[in-house]
Amino acid sequence: MSLEIKDLHAQIPGREILKGLNLTINPGEVHAIMGPNGSGKSTLSKVLCGHEDYEVTSGEVLLDGQNILDMAVDERSRAGLFLAFQYPHEIPGVSNANFLRAALKARLPKGEDIDAVKFYKQLYARMDQLEMDRSFTSRSVNEGFSGGEKKRNEILQLMMLEPKYAILDETDSGLDIDALKIVSRGVNAMRSENRGFLVITHYQRLLNYIQPDIVHVLMDGQIVHTGGKDLALKLEEKGYDWVKEEMLAAAA
Amino acid sequence: MPSDTPTGLLSIAPARSTSTPAWFTTRSNAAWAEFQSLPLPGLKDEHWRYSNAKKIELADHAPAKTPTAEQSKAALAATEGLKERAARFVFVNDTLVESDTSGLPAGVVCVSFEEALKSHEAALQQHFMKGDLPLGSGKFAALHLAHVKAGTVIIVPKNVVIEKPVEIFHWVVGDHAAIFPHTLVVTGDHAQVSVVDHYRSLEGEGGLSIAIADLVGGSGSQITYAACQELADDAQALHLSSITAGRDASVKSFQVQLGAAFSRSESVSDLVGQGARSDMLSVSLPIGDQIVDQRTLQRHKAPHATSDLLYKNALYGKSRTVFSGLIIVDEGAHYTDAYQTCRNLLNSNDAEANSLPGLEINADQVKCSHGSTSGPIADEELFYLKARGIPDIESRRLIVEGFLADVIERFGNSEVLDTLVARIDEKLVRAE
Repeated sequence: MSLEIKDLHAQIPGREILKGLNLTINPGEVHAIMGPNGSGKSTLSKVLCGHEDYEVTSGEVLLDGQNILDMAVDERSRAGLFLAFQYPHEIPGVSNANFLRAALKARLPKGEDIDAVKFYKQLYARMDQLEMDRSFTSRSVNEGFSGGEKKRNEILQLMMLEPKYAILDETDSGLDIDALKIVSRGVNAMRSENRGFLVITHYQRLLNYIQPDIVHVLMDGQIVHTGGKDLALKLEEKGYDWVKEEMLAAAA
Repeated sequence: MPSDTPTGLLSIAPARSTSTPAWFTTRSNAAWAEFQSLPLPGLKDEHWRYSNAKKIELADHAPAKTPTAEQSKAALAATEGLKERAARFVFVNDTLVESDTSGLPAGVVCVSFEEALKSHEAALQQHFMKGDLPLGSGKFAALHLAHVKAGTVIIVPKNVVIEKPVEIFHWVVGDHAAIFPHTLVVTGDHAQVSVVDHYRSLEGEGGLSIAIADLVGGSGSQITYAACQELADDAQALHLSSITAGRDASVKSFQVQLGAAFSRSESVSDLVGQGARSDMLSVSLPIGDQIVDQRTLQRHKAPHATSDLLYKNALYGKSRTVFSGLIIVDEGAHYTDAYQTCRNLLNSNDAEANSLPGLEINADQVKCSHGSTSGPIADEELFYLKARGIPDIESRRLIVEGFLADVIERFGNSEVLDTLVARIDEKLVRAE
């Protein structure tokens, strides 16, 4: 049981972005990926979810042994993969509650519907954890939300959908420290031995609140360095140049 | 078999009984003569741009026959209607088959058109088809006047508030049958009423409905009106409505176009009193080869009035919509707020939405805007929903429902809305 990424190559027309990426996330683990701009961090999250802008040219992604690369976007989600978006989209006219109900209903056998009472009870409990006002249930998905509210809404979805593996794509970007604490608390509440996390971030700050077990450095479409949580501190302090130098030295 | 001899509605003279009031017979006869003399609007007629008056096949239709007992029974069985209502009328082929006015407050006139001709002549003479029909269907309106015998006349006296809606069902049955439903709503000062007209086909056969609805709002009164057109797939529908909003009156009208091969609505709002307000709303969901043709006019004749139009079309298949809207602000109609928005969601590459927005401002201190947009569902919106495990078809439906939601919310009348939303959802499932 794991999320296994094997020698993953992906491109947009005319440019390869992921160049043989390998990574295995076991349930219970929190992995962080850090890397400079343009290293392929956001591409990785979108490729895993099946965004049609990216073409996978080779490699495999196994979710508990099942290759998900042949699956449609929605199938991957139902198989247990979740992406907290860096820039969550607005869906005018669709209320948050209806959206979540539709997402949960899609996981039930055909013809079955969710128990509305249980649903709202759970929803309200999760919203309380994230300090979200009840009015967010009837508001249109992300429409008119502040940056911090959008990120909280992503974590709310994570909490409601309870995926096996969750990818957080720069969830910390645009958050002030209070919002960051709330969002991190939500994520930490979802940490369990049955769930793996991949936390993609540009800044070490997030990792003070969501403490990773393993930190990877992504550069030029590959994982080039892996270490413990201290690695994040080193990267914050020294930047990425030393990683490059090590790579060059190793290649020489 | 080509022939120059006029057939169908082109040649069948209306029959009027001897008990019809003389003034009405005179107008009806004059209308018949007018219908015959007026040319069919041509393709170059500005009011028919991107459309075609020949889509209303006059020669192929004849006035609907009096329904059989079975047909009336079947129509009544199919009329689900609202649980909570002030009154209900059911017509089949322009024949009244049921009326229930038990929920009306005292003093309200709410009678069939036929009855009104006998009992409320004065009101009819004052209000019946007094509009100037500026949007291109003069010929069809004349035909309506020549044949009209069914519909509802509602006169709400001063200060009377009717809480629950008045529901009217117009069923058409029989191949090539034409009906001419008429609705007249007149409110006294500070009166309130909501009225829903349903246009439906009893069997899957083509038919033609040429309907007119005139709404006259007295000072400070409120009228809510919905026209829900769900005729059979190969039917043709024309709905001509005029709204006259007096001082501080508020009229909200909602066009729901779901049926017919060709449907055209012409909606005119005249803001004649200071502080008047007209909300003009519409939703359509054309599929297959359906054509929805929408013409609107907002005329500001008094200062400090507001008109706000929001039309939304979700197109599927090879369907086509035409929206042509004009705002005219008269000299002296200062401090006008007039808005016009038409938005089209294209769910297919073969669907086509045409928009012709227009503005004519002759006053100062006005706030006016008009605009139209057309486009497919944004890829990123769809990706977001699918990334939460919602299948493609459900995701698209959620987005379309969301697209239509603000029009529906603005209508706001919950009893009426529940059934309309259910009908829209049924159509959405068909669209897929």
